[in-house]
Amino acid sequence: MLKQEIFTVDKNIQIAKDVFLLRMFGKTDAITAPGQFVNIALPGFYLRRPISVADTEDGVLTLIYKVVGRGTESMKGLQRGSELDILTGLGNGFDTSKSGNTPLLVGGGVGVPPLYYLAKQLIAQGKNPRAVFGFASSQDIFFVNEFEALDCPVSVTTVDGTAGTRGIVTDVLPSDYSFFYACGPLPMLKALKNATKTSGELSLEERMGCGFGACMGCSIETAKGPKRVCKDGPVFEKEDLLW
Amino acid sequence: MVDTRVTLAGLELDNPIIPASGTFGYGQEFAELYDINILGSFSFKGTTANPHFGNPTPRIAECYEGLINSVGLQNPGVEAVVNRELPALAKIFKKPVVANVCGFSLEEYVTVASRLDKCPQVGILEINISCPNAKGGGMAFGTCPTTAANIIKAVKDNTTKPVFAKLSPNVTDIKEIAVAVAEAGADGISLINTLLGMRINLKTRHPIIANKMGGFSGPAVFPVALRMVYQVYDAVKLPIMGLGGVSTAEDVIEMMMAGATAVQVGSANLIDPWACKKIVEDLPRMMGKYHISSLKDIIGEAH
Repeated sequence: MLKQEIFTVDKNIQIAKDVFLLRMFGKTDAITAPGQFVNIALPGFYLRRPISVADTEDGVLTLIYKVVGRGTESMKGLQRGSELDILTGLGNGFDTSKSGNTPLLVGGGVGVPPLYYLAKQLIAQGKNPRAVFGFASSQDIFFVNEFEALDCPVSVTTVDGTAGTRGIVTDVLPSDYSFFYACGPLPMLKALKNATKTSGELSLEERMGCGFGACMGCSIETAKGPKRVCKDGPVFEKEDLLW
Repeated sequence: MVDTRVTLAGLELDNPIIPASGTFGYGQEFAELYDINILGSFSFKGTTANPHFGNPTPRIAECYEGLINSVGLQNPGVEAVVNRELPALAKIFKKPVVANVCGFSLEEYVTVASRLDKCPQVGILEINISCPNAKGGGMAFGTCPTTAANIIKAVKDNTTKPVFAKLSPNVTDIKEIAVAVAEAGADGISLINTLLGMRINLKTRHPIIANKMGGFSGPAVFPVALRMVYQVYDAVKLPIMGLGGVSTAEDVIEMMMAGATAVQVGSANLIDPWACKKIVEDLPRMMGKYHISSLKDIIGEAH
């Protein structure tokens, strides 16, 4: 269940082109599953900014965000010691009980971060995840070493071929995996839905109003009727998506 | 000890705070966070005859001190509201609610209103003739005095509970519409719905909202809402639910001084899920600060 907490910035550092890692201290007990997100109030902006949880442990929250507009641009300026009003524990998150022994994690760009906390959880449960990440170019790549340090092997693709395999994630999917988890841009998720052989969970992104299910600003049609990306999602089962 | 009670079209409310339709769902998300029985009442999500998905996304665009929404009346339809949402709501909210009624034709307004009129939980029917996001419905009815009056009269002829007309600010003269619905038999007026607005994404060079335009709300519209409540208070002798950008207990007091008997809180719920709770708790202290012993005494005091 969502909670409102004040977080204190520990560090805010650039890790790739336009991509930053924000580590904060504060109460994290409302975060119960990988794939959930938080909603950050930023001074001077009316709506909160929803950002997925990249990693968390007791009292520490790590987010990875890309500067895409004025709100995230302002986040670049957050200094150590800055305080932020954050709604935590939002969204359903990934269900690790479905993973089987050899789950595949597929991330595109800033869709990669929530898969990090997921990989940690899966490995803690004794499973053997592997990952395929797609980026636009070599300068956009981040966190590959961090996944490998967890013992989660990573295959990388870049659209321009400046690192890893030239192409997109669906070009390098392994032949054998027990389940898949994905987060990334909509075209990637749509391609993945058709290219994958197993069931899977896909995390969607949508412009949100509230982030906790009140405004219906982020609704999508699914096989189970209209669903709110923020409250019923952001993670949906492959079979329920109507693409 | 200050007195926060008000009487709205015969309904005794513990306080004038009412979450606005479309920002509070059917109460469930908020009841997980606090006991919503502290509210005066609340106006549930706009309801149409049939289930309605609403508009494509993006439905939301941020603005200075506000947002544009283009949800487009997403709701499960009146039968699901009566059979599923209202019984669920009865478990968490023990007071009469405001039923927000929408439609795409005069007949639909009558169908929905008369169905909700029979629900014991419903205290007030709020006829939304002002939604800017419904093609061929909503605002199209509320910007023409004759059409607005026809809908209110038809609803009045087929219902027994107090009927409030929810008016659009997107008109040349709000007083003309208010007088028209008053003469048609409305028991009260809610205003304002959202202002028609737009934002453009500079990168894509296209409107942010899929439907191009949407309803602008939030603190930025408060002065417009306050002005219209003030004008309508002068124009008709009906109770008013004032809304538009209300975010604090002081906003509530200001809205009441302009002429509102009750005050709805909308956008504020979306950025702070505890906004209404804070306003309810803050109200007695603010009344003390401004030497108000009873809220009933300040309604329309600015005139």
